[in-house]
Amino acid sequence: MILSIASGKGGTGKTTVAVNMALSLKDVQLLDCDVEEPNVHLLLHPNINEEKSVYVSTPQVDEELCDHCGKCGEFCQYNAILVSSEKVLVFLELCHSCGGCVIVCPGKAISEEQHRIGTLKCGSTGDLEVVYGELDVGEPMAVPVIREVKRRIESDKTVILDSPPGTSCPVIETVKGSDFCVLVTEPTPFGLHDLRITVQVLEDMEIPFGVVVNRAGLGDKKVYEYCEEKNIPILLEIPYRRKIAELYSKGIPFSSEMPEWKEKFQTLFDEARKLAGK
Amino acid sequence: MKQLTILSGKGGTGKTTITASLAVLAKNAVIADCDVDAPDLHMLLHPKAIKTQEFKGAKLAVIDESECTKCGLCREKCRFDAITEDFKIDPISCEGCGVCTITCPVNAITLVERISGHAYVSKTKYGLMAHAMLSPGEANSGKLVTLVRQNARILAEKEHSDIIIIDGPPGIGCPVIASVTGIDAGLLVTEPTMSGIHDLERALQLLRHFNVSPFVCVNVYDINEDNAEKIVRFCKENDIEIVGKIPFNPIVTEAMVNGKPTVEYAPESDVAEEIEKLWEKILSALKHGSG
Repeated sequence: MILSIASGKGGTGKTTVAVNMALSLKDVQLLDCDVEEPNVHLLLHPNINEEKSVYVSTPQVDEELCDHCGKCGEFCQYNAILVSSEKVLVFLELCHSCGGCVIVCPGKAISEEQHRIGTLKCGSTGDLEVVYGELDVGEPMAVPVIREVKRRIESDKTVILDSPPGTSCPVIETVKGSDFCVLVTEPTPFGLHDLRITVQVLEDMEIPFGVVVNRAGLGDKKVYEYCEEKNIPILLEIPYRRKIAELYSKGIPFSSEMPEWKEKFQTLFDEARKLAGK
Repeated sequence: MKQLTILSGKGGTGKTTITASLAVLAKNAVIADCDVDAPDLHMLLHPKAIKTQEFKGAKLAVIDESECTKCGLCREKCRFDAITEDFKIDPISCEGCGVCTITCPVNAITLVERISGHAYVSKTKYGLMAHAMLSPGEANSGKLVTLVRQNARILAEKEHSDIIIIDGPPGIGCPVIASVTGIDAGLLVTEPTMSGIHDLERALQLLRHFNVSPFVCVNVYDINEDNAEKIVRFCKENDIEIVGKIPFNPIVTEAMVNGKPTVEYAPESDVAEEIEKLWEKILSALKHGSG
């Protein structure tokens, strides 16, 4: 069972839900796919037993063989190659590593080299397996690092994926292939607005989903009205409590200090599994 | 004309709440919402669009089924696993690179443009605003951010504005980079949590990488005063100005529910007072050449 945790809006409690759920279950792999700002490890302090660089393939032009015909620059949809009469400029930050320039070059002047963009870290906290990625600061493309994190999925286990915020490519890459998605929102206009966009993405991708309302009691009732109207199940409510916020601020998963919540997270998971038909 | 981007690294620390209040306080500013895949600022500033543009992001490959011989070469060469076993394009995975179009021996595949979102130029009661909406699930948010910033710059030049105030997206990846290149200063909004501190440090590294001078604001500082103190110390050691320490106050959420910037909804509140001080400090630093 692969379960992803997403939200649209940032800071609604994705990592809180992912970590507390992982700690309440057995035989779990928790993968932090927010490689721009990974936070799971700050709450779980895993012992890291493997660390490796993540690379992408980028073009390297052999000026000796290049006759500046310009075919590579014409082909590249991302404007990552600029060919002038004397020189070829490659903009690595725009390259999507599709490999097309290598194919179109008639003089075989382009080869690919490995360009480092981040790190993959694997470890464990007790019997909970933790995997996360870290995009190097200044590198724009998060997706290849997310792919590397997801390559560690062992599908016979319970896999929990913590998604980045937003609704664009890094989120799509994370939730793709999930059996179920838990959407964490807060009962505010921003929470609802971004929830609606994310719901649309999941409907397009045909991934079943349900909602967790975090900081319940703050804001207004519109999130509940929306879920009722759209027939979206609300799987759990986490009330706004200063104690929960304070524990989070210290980097402590709140269910370890408030053990009555372990059962609620187990029920959340069971519900999700049922709805996913697993 | 100066450009200031509000950033955070971590999501949900209060970027948009603060940007909206700055839009009220700033005189002669253009506002830009560069969080194009989950924009929220319009819910507080209520822009009325005066110009709408279609945004064409990545292209999409299309297979002509009547020509396709199912030879499989395209699937072999596609690095995004965007061609299914029955030779259909998966639009979610396709990045529009065009490799399939040049590998197909019978020219059955073409690239077509797709509309990936819309950019808007709008009026608000606080000034002109450039913003956008990426269609759900689309790629290329960085490119749309660049379009929003271009629109904002054109407006600012036309109106002889003093400053462009940019609401940035969370994270440190492509849309964030597109939101900070060439700006004068970045305001990092953080919270006194372990995640907030960690993400602040990475966002600060990003600003340093692009030679942008930073200001820091600690939001809801009283949730954990020890951590707030840690952030203050860290900033002092690194010669970064703390321009504000904003207390937790439910009035901020109340203002949001009522669709208003905090300084307008609750001008007498401690939060409004602190944001006003923050704005004065940033203005004076920008005037004295920071950035």
